[in-house]
Amino acid sequence: MQHGKYRFIVGFLALPLGLYALFVVWPFVQSIYYSFTDWTGLSPEFKMVGLDNYKRMLHDDIFWKSLQHSLMFAVVLPLVTISLALFFAFMINVGGRRRKGGPVITGVRGSSFYKIVYFFPQVLSIAIVSLLFAFAYNPDSGAINSLLRGIGLDHVQPLWLGDPSLALWCVMAVLVWSTVGFFVVLFSAGMASIPADLYEAALLDGAGRAATFFRITLPLLWDTVQSGWVYMGILALGAESFAVVQIMTTGPGGPDYSTTVMVLYVYQKAFRDGQAAYATTIGVALLVVTLAFAAIVMRLGRRERLEY
Amino acid sequence: MTTTETDVSVTEAEPPAPERPRRKREGTVLNVFSHGVLVIWAVMVVTPLLWAVMTSFKDDRSIFSSPWALPDKLHFDNWSRAWTQANMSDYFLNTILVVGGSLIGTLVLGSMAAYVLARFDFPGNRFIYYLFIGGMSFPIMLALVPLFYVVNNLGLLNTIHGLILVYIAYSLPFTVFFLTAFFRTLPTSVAEAAFVDGASHTRTFFQIMLPMAKPGLISVGIFNFLGQWNQYMLPTVLNTDPDKHVLTQGLVQLAVSQGYKGDWSGLFAGLVMAMLPVLAAYIIFQRQVVAGLTAGALK
Repeated sequence: MQHGKYRFIVGFLALPLGLYALFVVWPFVQSIYYSFTDWTGLSPEFKMVGLDNYKRMLHDDIFWKSLQHSLMFAVVLPLVTISLALFFAFMINVGGRRRKGGPVITGVRGSSFYKIVYFFPQVLSIAIVSLLFAFAYNPDSGAINSLLRGIGLDHVQPLWLGDPSLALWCVMAVLVWSTVGFFVVLFSAGMASIPADLYEAALLDGAGRAATFFRITLPLLWDTVQSGWVYMGILALGAESFAVVQIMTTGPGGPDYSTTVMVLYVYQKAFRDGQAAYATTIGVALLVVTLAFAAIVMRLGRRERLEY
Repeated sequence: MTTTETDVSVTEAEPPAPERPRRKREGTVLNVFSHGVLVIWAVMVVTPLLWAVMTSFKDDRSIFSSPWALPDKLHFDNWSRAWTQANMSDYFLNTILVVGGSLIGTLVLGSMAAYVLARFDFPGNRFIYYLFIGGMSFPIMLALVPLFYVVNNLGLLNTIHGLILVYIAYSLPFTVFFLTAFFRTLPTSVAEAAFVDGASHTRTFFQIMLPMAKPGLISVGIFNFLGQWNQYMLPTVLNTDPDKHVLTQGLVQLAVSQGYKGDWSGLFAGLVMAMLPVLAAYIIFQRQVVAGLTAGALK
């Protein structure tokens, strides 16, 4: 298969690679370079300023707040989402009533119905979901406070997104709501491929449901859980947290910077404040955080791969 | 539907078998509990969506005074107002153009690159492969700051075709990653036979390999379709002309401007209008959508 091989390879790679290099690789390289300049983004002139932007960043309180919130998004959010999803997936696949003569472990009835419904938010745009919940959280006329009034809790009327101590949790709850279904479906597929005789052996040895889950299901699913965590963490550090925070919160990023995240701060510095160079500096910090996060999760979670 | 299922499982519980009564009872309790938990989450998922549909048929005053009350009558005029006056029809058209163009481009360019990387040995192959998949873990926002000026200098800012090219470029990492793995699983003998029969590399690819790769193309196509249809960050930065807005940013824009106009019912109609086609498509192609979206995390 040598004839014309290299011409073919070049012909097929030129267009995709060219497009990718121009719109993805080149801007990445540029932005690292810009982080050492004083470029405003408004005019083409700039000069090198060395590490000034990085020094400024270390003394920027808003940067530290955004870093802290981004870390919450990368750690707390997957933890809550994946725990809930594991719980639901276990209930769907193992929580069923045993039927006469049937297998020892069965899924609940209507398991496919639950999986279909839980997946609904995953196909919707996070922008639409954010708009919807921004209305629901409205303290005066929103659905949530109105529901609380309806069941007699007139004095429990939180400001939700308007309360600096609650706003970040409100935003994260929306992401949990919209991503749990994805992981339920993902883990269900993994659980379905665990052989039933492992469960039978565990039950014969007298293991309860909890022991079965922690000793059998979770170890065998570990690879899926781990890659799911990295996948969600990267999304939560980037595009997803940008959309929810930018659309739902006042400011955006408020009140009082209580919800600002790194990706939003980059956007605001570059496209609102005309400080493109400083924006890329925060972007580089975000890159470091993202790569460190992925490396730590992969390293902490490393275990011997179980064959079954 | 779900509540009756719960009832059935309680009342129809098997009589405890004499030899192991404890475990049987535990099974029934667990069954009731698990159904209870699952039903609660299902209600929590569906309620906001149904609430949005209901609200889109109400008038502005009752949206605020009683968010949970049923509409007094079905205000279909909300929907027609959103479609015409609030530019929902333009947003739909722009989104279809952008997503249609970029989806085709992503699949064609992605499968070309993936095929070469999966099947041909040449210096730099591994480097190019890792260059592509490295893009999956990099924060896009970092590149967006200079990208804005790259796109601007090329005269592509606020254009549909500019947005298409950028969507393709940012969809390539996952597409190349997924399809490279897929092409590796396909048997080599068919392509070799075609080549021996005198077909060129290009012809072998388009007439033999692409049809064989159809299941993989469908999975990655669904993944990209949803990602591009729901894309919010890229158009927010690169597509600021209101006439060129896609659905997601159009709705956000609408939410801001309706704050002054006070046409909330129209906004809800727009939201539901944007939700329904995707939900309907999901319910119809449920199996393929789930396979396409979860393929990303499993691979």
